[in-house]
Amino acid sequence: MIKVMEQFEAEKETMASAYSSQMDKLMENKDVMELEADLGVCLMGTDMKDIAKRHPGQLINCGIQEANMVGVACGLSAVGKIPFLHSFAPFITRRTNDQIFISGCYSGANIRLVGSDPGVMAAYNGGTHMPFEDVAVLRAFPQLTILEPADNTMLKNLMRQLVEEKGMFYIRTARKTMTKIYKDDSIFTIGKANILREGTDVTILAAGIMVAEALKAAEILYKEKIAARVVDMFTIKPIDQSMVLDCAKETGALVTAENHNVINGLGSAVCEITGEAYPVPVERVGVQDCFGEVGDIEYLMQRFGLTAKDIAKKARRAIARKGGCA
Amino acid sequence: MLNKEELAKLQAFAKDIRIKTIHQMKIRGFGHIGGAMSIADVLSVLYGKWMRYDPKNPDLPERDWLICSKGHAGPAIYAALALKGFFPLEWLDTLNQPGTRLPSHCDHKKTPGIDVTTGSLGQGLSVACGIALGKKQMGESNTIYCFMGDGESQEGQNWEAITFAAQFGLDNLILFLDNNKMQLDDMTENIENMESFTEKFESFHWDAAEIDGHDYEAIDRAIEHAKAVKGKPSVIVINTIKGKGCKFAEEMWNHHVSVSEKQADEAIALLEQA
Repeated sequence: MIKVMEQFEAEKETMASAYSSQMDKLMENKDVMELEADLGVCLMGTDMKDIAKRHPGQLINCGIQEANMVGVACGLSAVGKIPFLHSFAPFITRRTNDQIFISGCYSGANIRLVGSDPGVMAAYNGGTHMPFEDVAVLRAFPQLTILEPADNTMLKNLMRQLVEEKGMFYIRTARKTMTKIYKDDSIFTIGKANILREGTDVTILAAGIMVAEALKAAEILYKEKIAARVVDMFTIKPIDQSMVLDCAKETGALVTAENHNVINGLGSAVCEITGEAYPVPVERVGVQDCFGEVGDIEYLMQRFGLTAKDIAKKARRAIARKGGCA
Repeated sequence: MLNKEELAKLQAFAKDIRIKTIHQMKIRGFGHIGGAMSIADVLSVLYGKWMRYDPKNPDLPERDWLICSKGHAGPAIYAALALKGFFPLEWLDTLNQPGTRLPSHCDHKKTPGIDVTTGSLGQGLSVACGIALGKKQMGESNTIYCFMGDGESQEGQNWEAITFAAQFGLDNLILFLDNNKMQLDDMTENIENMESFTEKFESFHWDAAEIDGHDYEAIDRAIEHAKAVKGKPSVIVINTIKGKGCKFAEEMWNHHVSVSEKQADEAIALLEQA
């Protein structure tokens, strides 16, 4: 059961801090482990060593060797451990693709990949560190669940669930400060999208940092007397098909918003569903198949067309295309 | 030290592993014969003497684990597992047949007794490290055995795992490096000359031994030694002959070959006479 905030403001702590404090709690279960590849402090914070001391043997630094770390995690899961393993999003997904596929998915391992700072969140680390393709490459892996939490409440709740859940998971997570979307006592269901705002003219389907932008876009559209529904599609795979279809039927036009390449991400997943089952106009906000670059997040969101204004523009276009218009 | 009776038992078991491996490939008409034959003697000593396992309960928590990172040697392990009763011998007629439980590469989800899925080279040792680390943390006494090919050692991930295993002092991990000196395209030394494996591993702080991988006494002694090593992982470099014991394979380039009924029958007959 989710409870949406009445006002959307910045979180009081960074997402990295939320992750770290939640992991500290989860590691009271002796089987829960956090594996790092020398980017531990970036997520766990400067008190990482204290956390490691509190939970001997549970927080291990594998060194800068992500491929080995994935294999080690799969081995740990084979003997009943519950590993979360973190690196920056490109390194935990792109660099380790075959290990995730063979040692992980194909083998039926139970590991939780945590990729921090996806897409424009990589900011000043620039194009080498800015994955717009992490979801794309992993979405074609059978039996892998892809999650992109929108705020700290969701991240913490999903982390707790993943201790109990078996299977292969990729959590696409920020480190910086997000907008608080959900009240603290919200509980999320993996695979079930959340309606954050009702609307009848168009639906904006978003994930991660784009959820806050989608809510801002809905405000812009509201002033133009356009009622936009906003849905948080935090489970990118397996996607909530019935939600997509309900929105297609009830609002007749869709906009997807993702901090990712428009190829094979959330937008593609939505088009696959509507294309086969209920064709309606779909407009995709996302990175137009190009590489990242350095900059602050605000600049990068403008540069790649990921702002609330971009979403609103696509929403108007989707509405205009209803009934077969160009 | 093996007594006469033990030695005879292990030799007979290795012979059966080889016959059953050739048999599997004969039915399908092809297979990775070379790298399966080269590890048959070590498999015999492991499953015949050292490994703890229960064929009726392949997931027994107290068992020793075997990870064959060179996953294409699966048929030799299937032979050992079937002979030890993990599954019916008739399954060996189904290698690579549609819907089989015995695919060409090791698959934990399909085959009882196969502990880890492998096939994409270079990944098995990392998984073995995770298992060894987990078992060590739990204070359990399982030994984790792993096979890696000499050609396979060219994969960089192995060297990540080799440093990891040393750093975490995984003394419950014993790696057999199958130094059969050939890989798919050419002699290993012509592609990437690894020179001395023992020197490399020793410089990575492993305990390293090098033996004739077809000498039962040497295999037995090396395992006994490796199990006694404390504080670091062990590698046993096994110098082997690719295709060992399978006449037609030994005489040809043998990574993955066609196996005719006639060739297989002759090779099996020779093994039976030996």
